[in-house]
Amino acid sequence: MKLTSILLASSALTLAAGAASAIDLTFVSWGGAYQNSQLKAYAEPYMAEHPDVHIAWDESSAEAVAKLRAMNEAGNVTWDLVDVTVSDSIRLCDEGLAREIDFDTELAAAPDGTSATDDFGATLINDCFVPQIVYSTTFGYRTDLVGDTPPTSVCDIFDLQKYPGKRSLQKRPIDNMEWALYCDGVAEEDIYNVLGTDEGVDRALKKLDTIKDQVVWWTAGAETPQLLADGEVVFGSTFNGRLFSAIVEQNQPIAMLWDMQSYDIDGWIVPTGLDAEKEAVVMDFLKFATDTQRLADQAKYISYGPARASSAPLVGKLDGTDIDMAPHMPTDPANATNVHRYDYTWWADHRDDLDAKFQAWLAQ
Amino acid sequence: MSDITQDGPMLAADGTPLKKSLARALRRQKIRALMLIAPLLIFVLVTFIAPIADMLFRSVENQIVRDTLPRTVVALKDWNPDGEEIPGEAVFQALNLDFQIAAEEKNHTKLGSRLNYESPGISSVFRSTGRGADKIGKDAEKTFTGIDPRWKDPAIWAGIFASPEAETALPRSARAYEAFAKSVRAEGKKEVAKAKLWPVVFSALLDDLTLAQPDAAAVAALPAPGPELVNAALAAGLQPIDAKQAFLEINDGWSKLDLWQTISAYSPPYTAGYFLNAADFEQTSHGIEARPPSERIYLKLFWRTLWMSMTITACCILLGYPVAWLLANLRASTANVLMILVLLPFWTSLLVRTSAWKVLLQQQGVINDLLVWMGLVSDGNRLVMINNQFGTIIAMTHILLPFMILPLYSVMKTVPPSYVRAAKSLGATPWTAFWRVYFPQSIPGIGAGSILCFILAIGYYITPELVGGTEGVFISRYIAYHISTSLNWGLAAALGTILLAAVLLLYYVYDKIVGIDNVKLG
Repeated sequence: MKLTSILLASSALTLAAGAASAIDLTFVSWGGAYQNSQLKAYAEPYMAEHPDVHIAWDESSAEAVAKLRAMNEAGNVTWDLVDVTVSDSIRLCDEGLAREIDFDTELAAAPDGTSATDDFGATLINDCFVPQIVYSTTFGYRTDLVGDTPPTSVCDIFDLQKYPGKRSLQKRPIDNMEWALYCDGVAEEDIYNVLGTDEGVDRALKKLDTIKDQVVWWTAGAETPQLLADGEVVFGSTFNGRLFSAIVEQNQPIAMLWDMQSYDIDGWIVPTGLDAEKEAVVMDFLKFATDTQRLADQAKYISYGPARASSAPLVGKLDGTDIDMAPHMPTDPANATNVHRYDYTWWADHRDDLDAKFQAWLAQ
Repeated sequence: MSDITQDGPMLAADGTPLKKSLARALRRQKIRALMLIAPLLIFVLVTFIAPIADMLFRSVENQIVRDTLPRTVVALKDWNPDGEEIPGEAVFQALNLDFQIAAEEKNHTKLGSRLNYESPGISSVFRSTGRGADKIGKDAEKTFTGIDPRWKDPAIWAGIFASPEAETALPRSARAYEAFAKSVRAEGKKEVAKAKLWPVVFSALLDDLTLAQPDAAAVAALPAPGPELVNAALAAGLQPIDAKQAFLEINDGWSKLDLWQTISAYSPPYTAGYFLNAADFEQTSHGIEARPPSERIYLKLFWRTLWMSMTITACCILLGYPVAWLLANLRASTANVLMILVLLPFWTSLLVRTSAWKVLLQQQGVINDLLVWMGLVSDGNRLVMINNQFGTIIAMTHILLPFMILPLYSVMKTVPPSYVRAAKSLGATPWTAFWRVYFPQSIPGIGAGSILCFILAIGYYITPELVGGTEGVFISRYIAYHISTSLNWGLAAALGTILLAAVLLLYYVYDKIVGIDNVKLG
């Protein structure tokens, strides 16, 4: 009797001790192939080194800002690290929902000693956002539907004579308004000055009017690859990684049109108000997961460019295949001859206003 | 018998009036019944009604302006928003303190995004000012530490502002210091007397000493070395802060009349602004005006949501009625197989069903291919059946059909077949027998099915979004957009409230016309 109670007590103690030292973290991402690449490149190696850390995933990045805001109001933040786009990070940082990070002391330097700030360079947008990948919204086209002259310029989207047929565009003003103005003769660097005026908005919508009845509007990233695969559209805009899998992994008759691809960045933010112990682990993970090698590793699983300059030379082949990843990266010099840098802060200010105009235009 | 009733009220066995004792017994029964449903009632109240009420309340709430800029809002009362001039120095002085405190507390950008909903561009003015505003305080800090380095010591500040006289002697600084102390305590990492001071306390102190002569008696009553420090600073000939110029230098957005009109128009704690916005109106300095035609979207969407939901409900009745009749009148074994076919879509993922419609309806899809193959449609003129209202109506009708068939079926099951036989044997044609005898008895099922279908349809989001293109989306898309993308929760709440009110109104009208007692769910 005594023996069993001692045994029971000691096993309970070991259980309690085990529970106390294990740390459960919840990371938030986008699901799908992208989240899988993060799991393979960051989380699994980290958990192998730190067996006491357990990472669970929540696929809620699309509603991250709204949910974090609600959690914060309720005083119960249950997320530890959140993958968001730049524009979301701006709002989270603004509202004090994301922790400010000292990049040079809290992140790893490049192997050659370059500071994190210099290594990340222009991808650092605000004090809370640790960039991970550079992706782009760009066009793919059906190689069998464009005749002998494949399109070379984004303005071919607006050329119904040369390339008749439907096009798919994202159902939002961002990118579409800029492409329209660019193809209406506005220089890339002047786009936002023009778009800031009522005449500029009218001008962009007028340009879009020329193809309006030939446009299929999409809202989910998977739609354009599907529409292209079905031959529903000749051109379609979507995230470059989606087109990569349609072209390389599924061998569809689709090709990339990189001209005026619109760069965007995705990265991590740490919510404010974590308890000290958890925060220390999260920051340790963040330092590990955003170092030069790890960012390059992620590109083995998905065709998004690493945010660090020092990672680019380390990008290898698609995991388990012979396919070089570098030529499929939006940041590859051959693809990046003419790019559009979308202005996050400008859109943060004007999104509501332009969205109302854009939606009213759509409904006309 | 009649004698007793004439004498007075009927009495129960124990002598109390029967009416009273009956009421007591009934009350006890009611309380017991209430106790039985209490867990569910409380659960629903706490997890459903209260959060919804809280969310809907946001459609009128507007505390954020006066919470973030309390002094500015008061100072703005003297300003004429219809004039041509931006506010004067007094407002900017108030703004200087409010804004620096808000920036330290990280509240300024929240207000910036709130006001940006009303007037685009304000958000970036607030954000950039937040980065530069503490320079005003830092300059003031240099002035004071130049006079006496002890000003830098947080412990001295803690000593001075612990005394009640500080509020009288240095009111602005006391307010700024209180905000600082509160924030340090909330963070809980450092003691107030050791934490680094916010620059804004120096700028508040400078205001206290330059804008008006401080109360000498109150200054003298400050704990040491307060009086000595304050008098030395006063003797040093301080220059007041030119707040207006300083703010215009940080961001010239503050010189725009429109920005000030927006702050002034949205300073009351409650606003009708979100509701106006949801009805395509806007609040301007000249009163309430309709938005320019190029920005009117919501009324159109409400109207579309209503008529399309009604069309979908009507399609469900047309398609569901014969199926329900078959189910109710076939042999049990055949009816069961049919029932499984009705229920099968119920067990399939909504997204799968919606995507299946895409495959069927698109221009290179199954139906178009079939039509082209049969020669009914030429290859160049394939029908457009998706990404428009037609697509939404088809897909939604399919998805909501079981909600019509099941109530219809359960009502039809209870209609005795002998009635129709009786009508026929009395000489009615099949049509008359159906229309005059059978149909009226199935109306409660139609009522229940219609309410279910309509209310589900009106709030549907994902299906119209995927197959509706631009013409076939509902208002729910905008509620979702404002909740998760634009974060304009006030507008989302206003749109949601209007939708809820519309449903309740229709329910009321329905009750008046059909009668809710005529609805049977089974």
